[in-house]
Amino acid sequence: MHNEHSDTHFQSRIDNGEHIEAKDYMPEGYRKHLIRQMSQHAHSEVIGMQPEGNWITRAPSLRAKQILLAKIQDEGGHGLYLYSAVETLGVSRAELIEQLQTGKAKYSSIFNYPALNWADIGAIGWLVDGAAIVNQVSLQRTSYGPYSRAMVRICKEESFHQRQGYEIMTTMMRGTKDQQAMAQDAMNRWWWPSLMMFGPHDSDSPRSGDAVKWKIKRETNDELRQKFIDKTIPQAELIGLTIPDKNFKLDEKTGHYTLSPINWEEFHRVVSGHGPCNKQRLDHHIKYHQEGAWVREAAEAYKLKTAKKELVTA
Amino acid sequence: MATDTQLDLWEVFIQSKSGLPYIHSGSVHASDVKMAMQNARDIYTRRGEGTSIWVVPAKHISASNPDDNDMLFDPSNDKIYRHPTFYVMPEGAKNI
Repeated sequence: MHNEHSDTHFQSRIDNGEHIEAKDYMPEGYRKHLIRQMSQHAHSEVIGMQPEGNWITRAPSLRAKQILLAKIQDEGGHGLYLYSAVETLGVSRAELIEQLQTGKAKYSSIFNYPALNWADIGAIGWLVDGAAIVNQVSLQRTSYGPYSRAMVRICKEESFHQRQGYEIMTTMMRGTKDQQAMAQDAMNRWWWPSLMMFGPHDSDSPRSGDAVKWKIKRETNDELRQKFIDKTIPQAELIGLTIPDKNFKLDEKTGHYTLSPINWEEFHRVVSGHGPCNKQRLDHHIKYHQEGAWVREAAEAYKLKTAKKELVTA
Repeated sequence: MATDTQLDLWEVFIQSKSGLPYIHSGSVHASDVKMAMQNARDIYTRRGEGTSIWVVPAKHISASNPDDNDMLFDPSNDKIYRHPTFYVMPEGAKNI
């Protein structure tokens, strides 16, 4: 239902800095944009469990294993907060999962890269979660109430994720030559894909306009990417890691770092399904979703049974 | 003859400021959603406490039993590594 008057009123609420709640009027475009963005976010949390899950049984100590388990459990929880928040917009969990499994909905392309060794777990926590935090801190002020509240909760929990990753990197950089080389190798492989997590440059980002106008996004892709770069480079240098970019430098005038151009051809290749692990990630999700069907069926059967009992005893 | 009841019990949740979580304020009696909403407004927001109200039939709320707290919350007590302060950051690390 399109209603010009309501749309104008809606925009004035947004311009006033008000948040929108599930039962409030919202234009169809706003609802659609949120469903797309929030479900992509939820899918990313859930698919993101896979590269790290690969290392639970191979963690180098019981301490590391407990931490990794707790982190992955958090990611599953974050997926649930987000799926529930999307469902307030009138879309069902089953539809969302189908969109993921048929490739209609995307997830963050970073999770299509493999976690090859233990240093990758450090790099994922520090860089990938670090980039996600920059994005999510900004989204705490998003205009949709349920999304904003999910982000507040998630940000509180993410901070341990990033610190555990940086702790791993620090430990390895204080270790043997081989361990240092492993940490640097992980840095080299994860640095550029982490920068791509913020999406295309503002000039090439077709949907950014509406998202900013509706205050779904409070900062643009390039602004967020720059924040991440500026806070991460000093962290790398502090523990002796080298930025895999011969041209990076600090612009003394602006206080910002500048880098070589990002390889967007790689980004588009991975997003469109041709990264190292795209097929593996989706196949895994579909396999376990199908193998878990009996649990959902059992729960439905139990629901019917208890409903019948209540009828008898009522 | 009409039955004289005290109507149904509804729980009231108020959002104090745009975007914040809805917090339980108390309950009202009402015969339907409309009355519950009006009563909640009259009883709980007389001093501009809210920007938004949710009302939910009390019978639809399930609560945990406080006697079960030890058992219920035990799994989270011994996992201090879920807190960021558990991790040792190198001297001079910033913004982390």
